[in-house]
Amino acid sequence: MNLTQLPLLEQAVFVIAALALMASFALLAQTRLTASIHSFAWQGASVALVTALVASINGIHHLYLSALLTLALKSLVIPWMLHRLVRRLEMEQQVESITHPALVVLTGAALVIFAYWVALPIERLEMAGTRNIIAVSLSIVLLGLWMMIARHQVVAQVLGFMSMENGLFLAAVASTRGMPLVVELGVAFDVLVAAVLFGVFFFHIHESIESLDVDRLNRLTEQEQQP
Amino acid sequence: MSGPSFLPLAFTVFTPLVGIILLALMRTLALAGWINLALAVVEFLASLVMAWGVMEQGTLLAHGFQIDSFNVYLVVLTTFVGLTTAIFSRPYMAEVCAQGRITRQRMQLYHSMFQGFQFTMLLALTTDNLGVLWVAVEGATLATVLLVSLYRTPESVEAAWKYFILCGVGIALALFGTVLVYFAAQQVLADPENGLTWSVLYAHARELHPTVMAIAIVFLLVGYGTKVGLVPMHFWLPDAHSEGPTPVSAVLSGLLLNVALYAVVRFKMLADGALAASTMPQVAGHLMMGFGLVSFLVAVLSLQRQRDIKRMFSYSSIEHMGLMTFAFGMGGPLATFAALLHMLVHSLTKSAIFITVGHASHIAGTQSIERIRGLIRTQPSVGWGLLLGVAAIAGFPPFGIFTSEFLVLSATMQSWPWLTMLLLTGLVTAFAGLFRNIHPMVYGAVPEGQVAVRANMLPIMVHMALVLWLGLAIPGFLSGWLNEVTLLISGKGML
Repeated sequence: MNLTQLPLLEQAVFVIAALALMASFALLAQTRLTASIHSFAWQGASVALVTALVASINGIHHLYLSALLTLALKSLVIPWMLHRLVRRLEMEQQVESITHPALVVLTGAALVIFAYWVALPIERLEMAGTRNIIAVSLSIVLLGLWMMIARHQVVAQVLGFMSMENGLFLAAVASTRGMPLVVELGVAFDVLVAAVLFGVFFFHIHESIESLDVDRLNRLTEQEQQP
Repeated sequence: MSGPSFLPLAFTVFTPLVGIILLALMRTLALAGWINLALAVVEFLASLVMAWGVMEQGTLLAHGFQIDSFNVYLVVLTTFVGLTTAIFSRPYMAEVCAQGRITRQRMQLYHSMFQGFQFTMLLALTTDNLGVLWVAVEGATLATVLLVSLYRTPESVEAAWKYFILCGVGIALALFGTVLVYFAAQQVLADPENGLTWSVLYAHARELHPTVMAIAIVFLLVGYGTKVGLVPMHFWLPDAHSEGPTPVSAVLSGLLLNVALYAVVRFKMLADGALAASTMPQVAGHLMMGFGLVSFLVAVLSLQRQRDIKRMFSYSSIEHMGLMTFAFGMGGPLATFAALLHMLVHSLTKSAIFITVGHASHIAGTQSIERIRGLIRTQPSVGWGLLLGVAAIAGFPPFGIFTSEFLVLSATMQSWPWLTMLLLTGLVTAFAGLFRNIHPMVYGAVPEGQVAVRANMLPIMVHMALVLWLGLAIPGFLSGWLNEVTLLISGKGML
């Protein structure tokens, strides 16, 4: 089946999912912390919108609740918390230098192609859209993972982690029309607790190494020299 | 509804939930230690009653929980190790607090999160819902991450951060795998709400789409494998074990790794069913064998060059988890039975060792292997405890680990004879590495001014007695359970 033959609402799902993927690339290349947090908030909002669209297409009411939860958590509460932390640690102006920015983004593009390749066998299930959505969400997950590897700033790593969660949520909503409610609530709870703990850790790390650069977290190596 | 009653199960799982709140509010620390212990006793007794019910009447399936012969013994093991660790941790942590290493507030956090960890472990084991299983395993990371950094030294904060990030990423991949399983289930199940219920999925395992399940099992194995401590996702494990307080190391090594492996095996059972008719029926098993064997060998080699006693034993944990993963991957009744038994004896022995190591490092005032000396003269009970523990973990007869390792080796000899040499060499190397380090620690010259500490050896003695008992004779009901699980996993019984 061709994508253009799908109902308009379902096409909209793809467009917005693609926007979420774009936000992932923005996150990957953005070196200003506050701007990164904004990109993350936009990604959360697009995932919430996809959820709401899927809910209205299939008439599943509990998905509206998930959409609301995602919007509140991923695009309002968590970005707000991160913003406040960045302000309190006085890092709004901080610009992180990425060593090879072009290489980082190109690797990101390669990861997207890899994700489509992984999703290739699922095509045979004859659900035109599913493969696209699974590939897009896997791309977001892998880009989040790549961001955590490529960036050396604790806040950027946390954003990578949280955008992985966005990708997972997108996969669950768009390919399976949402997990059972109890699971979704549990996952949301875990994400919220994780966000709070990340905040706690910012302060601990800041206290112990007086910076938020993970390259300086290097005390624990295999051959530990005792003082 | 026939079958065993749900009540003891509810008591087992939800007592710790009450404990989290109660202990978070409790300001009298001396009392909090005792309450923690009392809660652990309640959990243990409730799990015994539950196990009794399951033994008499068979599988319990109610309200989204499932207790079959696979998880019943792991639940009892979890509450038992929780109990003995609570006995050990009460005076140990009081001492740590008295030394001023942690504040009163963090002590409160410790007690509350100890129960929090118990809750997530028990929930993960007893739930029938694969999504809830994921939530619980992630919850276990969240509960323990602040315990790892409890001392707030730069090292412990770094260890906790690594633990948080690596396990968080790993577990995120596991969630992607779970979503794929749910996706596969929706194609075959009439009611999508049941798409994550393990017992329903298991009944329909043969109809699940093989390609989707093959992709899913890779994500699940890498995801939960991070928590099992499989190489190359193991970097968090030695750091978290060595920098966290000793009771936390004991429960992490004894319980968390087991529960993660339990999750992997549950998914493997689904994948094996789905892939049975496809062109690659063994893909899950072969992946597990590969990961397991590499973990085993890397851990054996890394163990040789450690200078921190807790790091050394955490590599030993990776070694044993690798061996179990390998055995589960091999499949077949003998290997599966051996792996199930190994889960039990390893977690009993390893938690006993970590408790002994806690006492030893209090005696010496350090965790550095080079500076722990002459334990047996200073405090014979701790010295002997460490010596016997290491003898057991290295696989000496008559301890239980000898039995299970012997069974793994025989199973390997049966189906993959050329791998037996690798395993044997690895086991001998691990043994050599452990004893080279343990010998001077136990027998060496006593440093000046080293005095005995107050040590409660009861938990260690009970653990070692059980491991010895399992090495000499496995009680009938336990071998019955293990046999039933073997039948469930490998399709054929062992006995």
